[in-house]
Amino acid sequence: MTAVLTDRPAPPTTLRIALARIGLELRLFAREKQQVAFSFAYPVVMMVIFGSVLGGDERPGGIPFPQYFLAGIAATGIMLTSFQALGTAIAAERETGQLERLQLLGTPPVAYFAGKAGQVLVTTAAQLALLFPVAHFGFDVPLPADLGHWLTFGWVAALGALAGTVLGIAVSALPGSATSVATGISAFAIVLQFFSGVFFAPNETPGWMQQIAALFPLKWLNQGMRSALLPDRAGAVEVAGGWEHGRTVLVLVAWVIIGTVVCVRTFRWRRSEG
Amino acid sequence: MTTTQMAPPPGGVRDGGTPAIAVRGLVKRYGGRAVLDGLDLEVRRGECFALLGPNGAGKTTTIEVLEGVRSRDGGDVTVLGEDPARGGRAWRARLGVVSQGEPAGQALSVRETLDHFAAYTATPRPTADLLAAVGLTEQAGSRVARLSGGQRRRLAVALGVQGRPDLVFLDEPTTGLDPVARRRFWELIGDLRDAGTTILLTTHYLDEAAELADRVGVVSGGRLVEVAPPAELGADLRRVVTVGWTEAGERRSVRTEAPAAVLRDLLATTPHEVPGLTVTRPGLEDVYLQLVGATPGGEPR
Repeated sequence: MTAVLTDRPAPPTTLRIALARIGLELRLFAREKQQVAFSFAYPVVMMVIFGSVLGGDERPGGIPFPQYFLAGIAATGIMLTSFQALGTAIAAERETGQLERLQLLGTPPVAYFAGKAGQVLVTTAAQLALLFPVAHFGFDVPLPADLGHWLTFGWVAALGALAGTVLGIAVSALPGSATSVATGISAFAIVLQFFSGVFFAPNETPGWMQQIAALFPLKWLNQGMRSALLPDRAGAVEVAGGWEHGRTVLVLVAWVIIGTVVCVRTFRWRRSEG
Repeated sequence: MTTTQMAPPPGGVRDGGTPAIAVRGLVKRYGGRAVLDGLDLEVRRGECFALLGPNGAGKTTTIEVLEGVRSRDGGDVTVLGEDPARGGRAWRARLGVVSQGEPAGQALSVRETLDHFAAYTATPRPTADLLAAVGLTEQAGSRVARLSGGQRRRLAVALGVQGRPDLVFLDEPTTGLDPVARRRFWELIGDLRDAGTTILLTTHYLDEAAELADRVGVVSGGRLVEVAPPAELGADLRRVVTVGWTEAGERRSVRTEAPAAVLRDLLATTPHEVPGLTVTRPGLEDVYLQLVGATPGGEPR
């Protein structure tokens, strides 16, 4: 141990800490078997199960079930790797005192969030990169038809992941133990999947269910995914009679803003001020 | 910690000898109840100061206010020349906290943990040095999940001093450790103190305060009720000596500040041996218990 320092250089930049956080988050994600299983492998497993069982079925508009389902399960996957993974992990990190340590180290919150966002970006991309070949080669689901459809897929996925990220950080501040927060988030995520047209087409669900689903981002993420993955004629059988890209952007951006405001106002390093 | 250096002169020499910590009239209320009720505290540069007190006395709250992670309801507080409520990152870089919390995930190894947190400071000690200093070189590749309680606490120390802090906070660092791990931990803190780092620790163990601290402050009822080097703690209380003996089969005792006079009288009235004669001065524990009001002062126990 050397004696006290007289001159200290400035603390490391936010960027440097953010990069260290991204590396850490990815390493930990890969080592947390539960997270990998629940939020990463889930869509692929569901694709295989539902594709195998209902592969011959058709959805309204003559769309083969696996093609329809890929859009829904890709949207779900994005929700899981962003919203569910973050909400669960942050609540646990707060409970075990990890966030308290970051606070004591003077970590800029932005660097912490950047680590989470980086994790979401990489895990979501990896998940979709795994899911699409499984759907394409295993169940003959066509990939987006042209560059335009790929671009649609890109912005829908990015906006959905961004909304999921800020909302995941926001819900982590819910009161209760990390376990109860995690249970609440997964219960909510499961119900929302059924409401939002992942398993049933929206026009197969009752009106009240459609209206509730329309309040949350998953329905719009799912609809946006369908617009990128299904043939254009399928738009005609949507509830609104089209893909509603404008409204999709509006709702997802609104959720990003709401989530960001909630994060800024409620994010805490500690469990309670006491 | 591998090399022991001369302790700097008491009071320190940096910043013109201003104290590392200066607190006047600190008040903190939780829901109307005052946990800290006008606490005064001064910690000199380079000293190891122990805040001693029972659970709920306000030790942890005091530390949290000093660390700048808890707001206060009153009083003036200066830590390393700045108000903790407004301290920025440059100020925080000079503090080290030995936290009880998990480092950065159970799935990380000890070395990975230290390497990761090195990115948060501009002045990191080399990981290999830290591992050697806290005696975790052999466990460097082990995951945090597999460490024993004592090993985790030593990792916490390594993380606490990683940025070469001027001031280190330790909040009840040895609670739950077995006696051997506790001894090893004390050596670690002793090395740190000898290197000139200012240390503020809280404890409810008297032996720990006596072993580590240059000065001890006793916290009771949200105030600092006594400050002294461990050996001089409660000097007034220690002057009271208990002279005890057996008379007609019954135990008798007298509490006095002049034991010689009592003994002279006793010997004068007793022709032969005085049966069961004892002369006892209160130990640190007796003094402490009186200070925190656990036993009524002046009454024989």
